[in-house]
Amino acid sequence: MSIPAIITVGIVAFVTILGFVASRWGAANLASFDEWALGGRRFGTVVSWFLLGGDLYTAYTFLAVPALVYGTGAFGFFAVPYATIAYPLVFLFLTRFWTLARERGYLTIADFARDIFGNRTLELCVALTGVFAALPYIALQLLGMRSVFERLGPPFTQVGSTATLIVAFALLAAYTYSSGLRAPALIAFVKDTLIYVTVIAAIIVIPAALGGWGAIFAHAAPIYAARPVPGHILLPPSLSFGYASFALGSALSLFLYPHSITSLLAARNVDVVKRNAVLLPLYSLLLGFLALLGVCAVAAGIHAKPNDVVPILFSRYFPAWFAGIADAAIVVGALVPAAIMAIGAANLFASNILRQFSTTRPDGELRSAKMITVVFCAAALIPALLIHAQYTINFQLVGGAIMVAIVPMFIAGLFKLRIDPRALVLGWAVGLACTLAMVMTNGFTALFTIHIAAMTLPGAVSLYALMANIVVVGVTHLVTRKEIPA
Amino acid sequence: MRAWYLLLLAPFLALLYPPLYNRSDPTLFGMPFFYWYQLSWVVITAALLSIVYLLTKRRSL
Repeated sequence: MSIPAIITVGIVAFVTILGFVASRWGAANLASFDEWALGGRRFGTVVSWFLLGGDLYTAYTFLAVPALVYGTGAFGFFAVPYATIAYPLVFLFLTRFWTLARERGYLTIADFARDIFGNRTLELCVALTGVFAALPYIALQLLGMRSVFERLGPPFTQVGSTATLIVAFALLAAYTYSSGLRAPALIAFVKDTLIYVTVIAAIIVIPAALGGWGAIFAHAAPIYAARPVPGHILLPPSLSFGYASFALGSALSLFLYPHSITSLLAARNVDVVKRNAVLLPLYSLLLGFLALLGVCAVAAGIHAKPNDVVPILFSRYFPAWFAGIADAAIVVGALVPAAIMAIGAANLFASNILRQFSTTRPDGELRSAKMITVVFCAAALIPALLIHAQYTINFQLVGGAIMVAIVPMFIAGLFKLRIDPRALVLGWAVGLACTLAMVMTNGFTALFTIHIAAMTLPGAVSLYALMANIVVVGVTHLVTRKEIPA
Repeated sequence: MRAWYLLLLAPFLALLYPPLYNRSDPTLFGMPFFYWYQLSWVVITAALLSIVYLLTKRRSL
């Protein structure tokens, strides 16, 4: 094995052992569902910051966003406004949700739907949304790890990258099964430390090696322009709406994902949530600089699959041992969120889907949630292996477009708007159908072009689907209200 | 005071209309305006959030 490969494997092995040790952390009764799934709901500001940061900033940040910037230029930078406006939304809406969740004992967002609207169909719709939105997002993490493993050389190139991926996920599933949310929370410390060290080094070393930002943009511009599908240093005006709609659509879905809700509800009190909304943008700054590595890769004359450019930059500009650490940061950066996503989805499945079809008692519920995390990790392999997307970021964007189907329910519930739950179910169904139709006709991309007369408007699938959803909810609500005599 | 929450509208107005900042000049450390403007707003948003957090917290005590 090469030096970077040895170091990467060593760090990943260390993190895996840490996962098993985490089950002993805080002497908790892990037979309890709250303890396993929400770490006993007592994480303070610092642990929550690491956990949420470890949870929200994933292989998406490290590979998918730089890949899109490498491929398209300015357009890929939409991730920065996305990761900025998401936090005022947390501060305004999620604190309210957290308070309600603590008062009423919600474990999932579907619990909230059932409690507020008293409608089991709606609960089921919300739970299914979270479960299906998590799958492509876990798949993105898998593909991110594969990009790193593929470049590590023998023995990985010999067993094949698919086999390597299955081994990594078997390990992940095993320690998530034994430790619940404590495993990713403890590993998140390691992950975030690795990532800060790597990114700060990358920001200092790589632009300097390339002659500074002025030289980087000057070199990249003609290369972008000369491509068969040109990239752009500035946003083409026709893509302005697409850019803003991607930022807004992604921000609306970010905190509705089961993994975000899971990490959020593990906070000790509402002040912890607020302080995290203030402190988490620090990670967004990292994301911004990582995105710029896509431009660096273009300026450096790298020709590769978009997902590979960041590992290539690391191996070209870092000494071998540090490239190993940087690669490990990407792998662990994918493992931690994948674990939390699997737990979040399993929470939904066990408490809101299974409960409706069987009479399992709480301890049975925990056992099924644990089994389901394992099933989920495996299920995410299917889209990872079968769907070929030009940019892996589409997995996250499609996940987000699925997730926004519950935005009207969430807002209506949060502000106690008396909307007929049947209207919300119908809007959900129409919104989701629109999402799937747009994604399928487009060959698994999340940018859809609407033609109105002679005008074309490329925008985010998630936002178009949300508009359809809201219109249907509004109309249905008005119609059903008329049916019932006052 | 709930009015402080209006400060949190600023990032949306500043970031969701790209023609506002889709320019090269002025550059900062050689970086086009488009990029450093948006990176600055990450920091400004964090600052606004901390202001709102501190002010709304003190009033409620």
